[in-house]
Order: sequence, then structure tokens, then C-alpha cells
Amino acid sequence: MAENGIDIRPMDQFVVKPLFGGDVVNWYTPTNVTLWMALAVLAATALMVYGSRGRAVIPSRAQSVAEMTYSFIYKMVQDVAGRDAVRFFPYIMTVFLFVMMANLLGLIPFAFTTTSHIAVTAVLALTVFISVTALGFILHGTKFLKLFWVDSAPLPLRPVLALIELISYFVRPVSHSIRLAGAMMAGHAVAKVFAGFAAALGAAFFLPILAVTALYALELLVAVIQAYVFTILTCVYLKDALHPAH
Amino acid sequence: MEDSAENAVGMPQLDFSTFPNQIFWLLVAMVALYMILSRVALPQIAAVLADRRGTITADIAAAEEAKQKAVEAEDAYHKALAEARAEAGRIVDQARAEMQAELDKQMAKAEAEIAAQSAESEARIREIRASTMDMVSEIARDTASEVLGVFAVKADAKTVSAAVDAQLKREDAA
Repeated sequence: MAENGIDIRPMDQFVVKPLFGGDVVNWYTPTNVTLWMALAVLAATALMVYGSRGRAVIPSRAQSVAEMTYSFIYKMVQDVAGRDAVRFFPYIMTVFLFVMMANLLGLIPFAFTTTSHIAVTAVLALTVFISVTALGFILHGTKFLKLFWVDSAPLPLRPVLALIELISYFVRPVSHSIRLAGAMMAGHAVAKVFAGFAAALGAAFFLPILAVTALYALELLVAVIQAYVFTILTCVYLKDALHPAH
Repeated sequence: MEDSAENAVGMPQLDFSTFPNQIFWLLVAMVALYMILSRVALPQIAAVLADRRGTITADIAAAEEAKQKAVEAEDAYHKALAEARAEAGRIVDQARAEMQAELDKQMAKAEAEIAAQSAESEARIREIRASTMDMVSEIARDTASEVLGVFAVKADAKTVSAAVDAQLKREDAA
């Protein structure tokens, strides 16, 4: 710590570093990104495979959680995107589990939160955006463009609405990705700032610690909710591709 | 790590030099997780859920069947009970009829015996009475002869016995 008292570096936790020394981060370098993504995959596998390995008719606790997660996402895909979206269920499940596990693992002290990086969430969101758009054109051809042409509106208004719809369509991946990365980054940065205050405040150290505790509970909630939001938005976009009519 | 440049600048999120690395590992992670889920985890859980649904359906069907059986068993029990009651009634009636017949027979036999015996007794009584009457007339005749002898009245035996017989007939009629 520097002599002038407060030296908080809330963004240090987000630095991408090679795992095995060195400064250069090539595309293939195993970094803390690699480690924490691997852990997220491992955690998801532990829950979904190891947890339900008993295949019991009366489930154990872990199996119950796995089944509830399965049923929850399955129902969501069915309700939001329609019955014919069920074939994309494995991908949506992958997205949900990956984001949720990455978010939750990021809450462990000294952990690295992969989903706080715009590069990661942008790729996730763009994958959804591009595949959904492609799917829309493959399934419906040019009729997919009806998504932007609001038939129920008066004719003079339609071009204006089409422009607005088009802009909002292309803003989707941006909001989709920044929402998640922003929520993760903000929460972690704020927690770090409060933690830094605890060191700087001396006798009143317990105030920031209380704040961090409360914030941590909130962040647990945010971690799950953001995973849920990311997933349900994926379903909503998928619904547009499958059923473009308003 | 504190001496690396980007710490001071601000957001490591905007350090584009790390983007290829993150994107590469993200794709690796997503493909791996997708494979694990779609090949192993999801079919396994789907199978368990289907199993459970099947088990529940089968159990409910079995319970329904058991209930049906119970109802049938109850019906059969009631039927058997009614039959047994009817049978018992029949047996009781039959026994009663047999006993009645036997009783009637015995009664008839006893009555016949009684009638025979009473007839015999009457015959004997009549016999006894007849012999008694003979003896009475004889005694009366003797007594009358003696009484007449005492009063020294000569009377032949014929007259005496005729008078005694007439007297006895009057007595009998009275």
C-alpha cells in the first residue's frame, strides 16, 4: 500500500494474465481465462452429470437441483420460444449453465470473472444474434423481414417503424452482451472498492465489511438473475427467428 | 503485476490484445460444455425424468387396479355372505321339516299305541264289569234266598232270580 492512504485498484481483478508466467498473451496462451472457464465447465458438468449419476426415481439433493435446472430451462424454452425451439434446448442450456457457473465462480474471493469481460459476452451474444438471424432467413426466407414491417400499423407509419425495428434489432447483441458484462464488472469493482475502504478506514473498518457482506448477497442474486436474463433474451430472439410474425 | 501499463489506464476489458485469447478459450469451453451436455448430461436427465413419469403412471394404474380388485373382492364377499345366509336358512328349514315329520310320525305311533292300549283296557274293563255283574246277581240271588229263608217265605229259585234281574236292570238303568 502507498503511504498516501487509499490505493485501491478495483480493476486489477479483471486483468488477463498468463497462467504460467510471461507477459505475452497470445491467442493460445493458457491464461486465468482458461482456468476459470475450465472450472465453470467442470462445475456445470459436476452438477448435471455427477449430480444425477444415480439416475434415481427418487432423486438425491444434487440430482434434484440438476433436474430442476433442466426442467426450468426446458420450460422456459418451450414457453418463450415455442415448442419447435426445443431442438435448440441443449445450446440454450449450455449458455445458461456456462454463464451462471462463471458468474457464481467469479464471486469466490481472488477468482477471475470471465463473464465480466465484454469480449466473452459479446461473443456469446453475437453467436446468438448471428445464428438467430441466419436461422430466420433459412426458415422463412425473405418473409423473415416481415419482422421489421409492422402490418398492423397505418401504412405511412410503417417505414418509420421499420427503421426503428431495424435499429433495435441490431442493438440487441450490444445490450445483450453489455448488460451481463456490465453487471458483473460493476458488482465486483464496487466490492473491491468497499474492501479497500476497510483497509483504509482503520477503526471503522467494520462498516465497509458490512457493506461488502450485503453487496455479496446482492451479487449472488445478480449472478443468477443475469444468467437467467441472458438466457431468456436468447429465447426471445430465437422466437423471433422461428415465428417472425408479430 | 502492478507495474503493467493497463492497470493505471483503467479497464482491462478494453485491452484488445487479450481478445483473441479470451474468444479462443471461450469457444473451447462452450464446445466442450455443449458436447458434455448434449451427449451425456441432458439425455441422462431426460431419461430419469421419463422414467419417473413412467413409474408414476404405472403406480397410479396399479393403484387403480388394486382398488378395482378390492371392490370386486368386496362384492364377492357380500355375494358369498348372502348365499351362505340363504343356504343356512334352507338347512334350518329342512331340519325343521324333518324334525316335524319325525315328530308327527312318533306322535301318530304313540297315539296308535295309546288307542290300542285304551281299547284293550276298555275291553278288560267291560269284561271285569260283566263278570262283576254276574257275581253281583249271583250274590243278590243268594242273599235274596237267604233273606227269604229267614222270613220263611217259600219262593222258588226262578221267581227270585227273575226279581233280582229286574231289580238289577232298574239299578243299571238308574
